Amino acid sequence: MPTVAPLDLEGHCVAAVFLGDVPHFALADGAIHRLDNGHKTVQANDGLLAAFHDAANDRLITGGEDGKVFAVTSGGAVQDLASAGKKWITSVAAGPQGAIAYATGKTAFVRFADGKTREFAHPRSVEGLAFSPKGMRFGVARYNGATLHFPAAEGKPVELEWAGAHTGITFSPDGAFLVTSMQENALHGWKLADGKHMRMTGYPGKVKSLSWSVKGKWLASSGAPAAIVWPFSGKDGPMGKAPLELGTRGNSMVTSVACHPSQDVVAIGYEDGMVIAARFADAKEVLLRRQGKGAITSMMWDKEERRIAFGSAAGDCGVIDITA
Amino acid sequence: MSDAQTQIPVTVLTGYLGAGKTTLLNRILSENHGRRYAVIVNEFGEIGIDNDLIVESDEEIYEMNNGCVCCTVRGDLIRVVEGLMRRPGRFDAIVVETTGLADPVPVAQTFFMDDDVRSKTKLDAVVALVDAKHLPLRLKDSKEAEDQIAFADVVVLNKTDLVTSEELAKVEATIRAINPAARIHRTTRAGVALSEVLDRGAFDLSRALENDPHFLEAHDHDHHDHGGHDHHHHDHDGHDHHHHDHPSDIHDVTVQSVSLRGGEMDPKKFFPWIEKITQMEGPNILRLKGIIALKGDDERYVIQGVHMIIEGDHQRAWKDGEKHESRLVFIGRELDAERLKKSFDACQVA
Repeated sequence: MPTVAPLDLEGHCVAAVFLGDVPHFALADGAIHRLDNGHKTVQANDGLLAAFHDAANDRLITGGEDGKVFAVTSGGAVQDLASAGKKWITSVAAGPQGAIAYATGKTAFVRFADGKTREFAHPRSVEGLAFSPKGMRFGVARYNGATLHFPAAEGKPVELEWAGAHTGITFSPDGAFLVTSMQENALHGWKLADGKHMRMTGYPGKVKSLSWSVKGKWLASSGAPAAIVWPFSGKDGPMGKAPLELGTRGNSMVTSVACHPSQDVVAIGYEDGMVIAARFADAKEVLLRRQGKGAITSMMWDKEERRIAFGSAAGDCGVIDITA
Repeated sequence: MSDAQTQIPVTVLTGYLGAGKTTLLNRILSENHGRRYAVIVNEFGEIGIDNDLIVESDEEIYEMNNGCVCCTVRGDLIRVVEGLMRRPGRFDAIVVETTGLADPVPVAQTFFMDDDVRSKTKLDAVVALVDAKHLPLRLKDSKEAEDQIAFADVVVLNKTDLVTSEELAKVEATIRAINPAARIHRTTRAGVALSEVLDRGAFDLSRALENDPHFLEAHDHDHHDHGGHDHHHHDHDGHDHHHHDHPSDIHDVTVQSVSLRGGEMDPKKFFPWIEKITQMEGPNILRLKGIIALKGDDERYVIQGVHMIIEGDHQRAWKDGEKHESRLVFIGRELDAERLKKSFDACQVA
């Protein structure tokens, strides 16, 4: 039976991650809590709005109301990476070679590992940011589509158009597909080789959580009373194929998804705080955590594939051990 | 998951540059009223108060991809409200200040159309600040000035000391012609009692029309009657009640209102009718409000709408001796008053 080690905090958890093998919980007030031989806390932003787990460098990039960007590493070190004045930092992302990106209003910034920064102005607000896993390229989710920049080179950005407000963005792990979440209840995708569109609709709610399965064969998503898992193994992505619906419940929406690092299994967090794991092959489910106080907002598996750190909107966070 | 008790009220402040928005905002932030406000502005500008909860955001109007041209939301507000509401203990209410040229409709619709925003906040009222001296000019050169008045629940008619009593009467008559349902407060230096602009519950179905016992009545079928607005309980000295002429600037007004009054309605006719009207005329309807007497129902039914969005609910029991009558006002453009009246009348119980 899985066991849950709870960590009851005050406030909305923006990100629950492992840095090293230590679970960290980044809260909206900017406090970063960790379970490292006891409960310890460091302060990052004064008001934390966005967080991104930089897997390559084993750190958490955060941005917030104070207009600052921090890097939090295991052991509680907080490094001030950038400042953008009085405006909120609404989105952050980490890319190859130690580069990070952050956005405020209509401007996206890329900060390279050597500390040099480049600015990318847009006609409309930058809603979401993501780096491509290959090459120095990043994408911006914006109104009516997405923009791809090549920050290490000069040259024009690539514009991908699709009507509507695009709020989140992610590249597939092989860099072949770009997927955005939208203000309306839908995802949109582009096959980058030929710009072919992929419409993924039918969600009853907004999609706020996306997770690629091992090698990018599947894309799991929230926004429905089940985890909606789109097949991306074909050359045209999910077009013409039905998604899997895993962990269907009649009374609660899925709010967070996190795919297993090596198997076709997804951890599914719900609006009522429940967490289950479901297997793609046979839709078999295992209950990992019963209902809690708030919606699950973030989850991450550890490298040993044994534990899941989870955070909630009400602060009742914790670590699930699936082997115990 | 929406919980009425934890929904934070949101006041929207519109008005042209120089109308007095900053003055009013500074008062809201500095006066001792025991409430804490988070303020969303498009530019930090001249708010001279250091407050962590003043958030600057870029106005982002997003058209929804559903084929409805009037379904627009403010994307920046969705994001900022979501961020603010992750730490709700810091404030009791939110004020959204819009730029001078801002269209108030997407701001208001955000609070109805976005599920996340709607579950955590509720629109309290739209307050328009109007510069008494410059309004006639503004109405000549922009549609926005008119929209802001048409859409308002409360109009603060400011800088009244800069005009003659005659000019003031004309300006007020113009405002009335655009929006007969709004409360008008005459002020200098935005000196309106804050209780008249904050916590109004103008979009709260249980309070909206209760707030205004004279709602519709003084303007029954005749939105050009500009006399006798003294139910606002402020000083009307100098208001020339004998000027019932059309104000000179009225030809710049493209917004009209249609006030309807009838008896008990047949719910089987009324609901399909209002549904159809808002579907077909939605783009032309800025606001609608009404109290409906439904046949066989001991409670008043109240409705309100913004473009195609319409909500309705039972409000309270009819009082003993209270006349079971239905009243409805549309504020918008290119409304066919005759057709609205006929089709409304046809919904009455035969």
